[in-house]
Amino acid sequence: MRRPRLLYVPFWVTYVFLYTPIVVLVAMSFNAGKSPYVFAGFSLKWYGELAGDATIREGLVNTLIVATGSTVLSTVLGTLLAVGLARHARSRVLDALGVLPAVLPDLVLGIGLLVFYAAVKMTLGLHSVLLAHTVFGMAFVTAVVRTRLTHADASLEEASRDLGATPMATFFRVTLPQLAPGVAAGALLAFTLSIDEFVIAYFTAAPTTPTLPIVIYSMVRFGVTPEINALATLLLAVSFTVVIVAQRMTRLTESLS
Amino acid sequence: MLQITGVSRRFGEVTALSEVSLEIRPGEFFALLGPSGCGKTTLLRILAGFESPDSGAVTLDGADLLSLPAHRRPINLMFQSYALFPHMTVAKNVAYGLERERLPRAEIRERVEEVLAKVGLAAMAGRRPQQLSGGQRQRVALARAIVKRPRLLLLDEPLSALDKKVRAEMQLELKRLQHEVGITFVVVTHDQEEAMSLADRIAVFSAGRVEQVDEPVALYERPRTPFVAGFVGASNLFEGAAHDGGLDGGELGVLPGTGDLPEGTPALLSVRPERIRLEDFGVPDGEPSEEPAAETPEEPAEESPEKPVESAESPEPAEESPKEPTAESAESAEPVEDAVPEESAESAEKSLEEPAAESPEKSPEEPVESAEPAEDADPEESAESPEEPAESAEDTDPEEPAEGRGVLRGKVADVSFYGGVSHISVVVPGRPAPVLVATQGATRVRTGSAVALHWAADDGVLVPQ
Repeated sequence: MRRPRLLYVPFWVTYVFLYTPIVVLVAMSFNAGKSPYVFAGFSLKWYGELAGDATIREGLVNTLIVATGSTVLSTVLGTLLAVGLARHARSRVLDALGVLPAVLPDLVLGIGLLVFYAAVKMTLGLHSVLLAHTVFGMAFVTAVVRTRLTHADASLEEASRDLGATPMATFFRVTLPQLAPGVAAGALLAFTLSIDEFVIAYFTAAPTTPTLPIVIYSMVRFGVTPEINALATLLLAVSFTVVIVAQRMTRLTESLS
Repeated sequence: MLQITGVSRRFGEVTALSEVSLEIRPGEFFALLGPSGCGKTTLLRILAGFESPDSGAVTLDGADLLSLPAHRRPINLMFQSYALFPHMTVAKNVAYGLERERLPRAEIRERVEEVLAKVGLAAMAGRRPQQLSGGQRQRVALARAIVKRPRLLLLDEPLSALDKKVRAEMQLELKRLQHEVGITFVVVTHDQEEAMSLADRIAVFSAGRVEQVDEPVALYERPRTPFVAGFVGASNLFEGAAHDGGLDGGELGVLPGTGDLPEGTPALLSVRPERIRLEDFGVPDGEPSEEPAAETPEEPAEESPEKPVESAESPEPAEESPKEPTAESAESAEPVEDAVPEESAESAEKSLEEPAAESPEKSPEEPVESAEPAEDADPEESAESPEEPAESAEDTDPEEPAEGRGVLRGKVADVSFYGGVSHISVVVPGRPAPVLVATQGATRVRTGSAVALHWAADDGVLVPQ
């Protein structure tokens, strides 16, 4: 049966609406002219400028430090939390609290963390951003791993214990390998979210250690340049890659189980 | 060897186990049998160490078992889902338990190879569980459990996930392995055939209690509770009170059976379908199948004119080839009734016992259905009988059709043939559920036939209610 053509219209309109700005942004990053609105020929000059920009480089390094650190921390903590919630706590409230930071408005989390840091008299810097990102990254990892755990076969862990494995050995040899795809997907998610996170980083970063989104924000305040377009295109490429890898991974997971 | 004493376990409002006590002997193949939700799996999980009882004690070789965590118990469990580790090869799965014991590598490899050979999977050592068939997975699960040489091997519904053909194969396999390795097996199952065919002894569970612990044959032939009588094997259960020589079934009269119960005790009489002998009177003329058998004594009478002729011509065929008369079974049936008319009039009790006792002799006239056929037929009786058919129709009192015609009379509601056995359900007036009768081979009884049912006192077992 053929579907009426008319039904495709809203579908395509939605996609055009979503992706036109992105296509324009990518196209303009290769603009030879100085104006971000008028295309004056192909050139990679803005990518070159980008590479030479010390502020951006510094921001990028800061962001990578924060993203990597918070990903490692949130993956470890989030996985443990998920296992604990699934296997040892039969409480829906605890379950909800575990993933709450993922849905909490960034503003609330940012202000809350800032107040908390002030209360414990902690200096701001990369470490404070890293911890802040860990808080919400952990929530995402927990949510992803927790879902996988509910689909995992609990009898495998029982079988392991039955065969003489201590709880520790059971966790490392049976539980964790079962969860690996979920853990990896959670880690990727935490990493991408941390890379372009702005609000929380804005509240918790020291003025001397801005992350990349903060750097971009301060540049844009004085007008958009094609340099920003080039940077955005690069970020876009990273995000796309990660999303595709994550998708592949889940598909792999599903076909395995 | 394993002693379970007064074990109880509740889950909230639900009592999973209530004061369960069992003794499992060394080297035994023991089955916990019961419908789902009867607590058998909970008991298994308590033995394995995944649950702990609210009260009660479990000792293995005299030592307390409950204080040991699951991974320290010399007991292994074969899971219903097999629970093979999907990220490990078959060999790794089997080696897992031995590696946890920190045995030397060479010994692990040797034992893994040995056990894989024993279950016939040596060639599959390098495969992943996903690449195996159901039967092969089950063998891996079994190998993984026995390679540890446990004192006790628990099997949770071991055959339920297999298709029928593989099932029969694995059943034999399990028994063979049990003999070979000499480990005590405890199998949990809801499938009574599985339990009967595998186990040396069976504990029947119902609603968290042990109903009866016995050997399969004893369980089948001498059920001690109504639940066991109903659950183990197909059975016809009659309600009533114990009576001299059987069960007073109220409307149905006294049904023959054995059991030492005081007169008048409420009881169930359990009669196995294959112990009931059918006497076929054929389908009444012109009345395909609607009327209850008890109300059709006149119909055979219509046919009766024909009978003398036939019987005069061929009294011998009737004995020698009992199968022939079946088509006109109405006539061959009549004589039976006449064989004992006097006695039957005397007392209900007597008449009920008589036909059952005499039944082997009479079977030639009820040609096909009788389990013990015609060989020892009394020629005189059969020769005589055809001469009195007209009378018999008159004699028959519609109110007392059962007399002299078997324990019960009824009409065939359904006939099905499978597994080399004919399953006949007979609707008996005064009994809500049909009586089931099973006979070896294909039956000639047709749906709608009026039939009489016979059984001897030895064939019925009284069960206290």
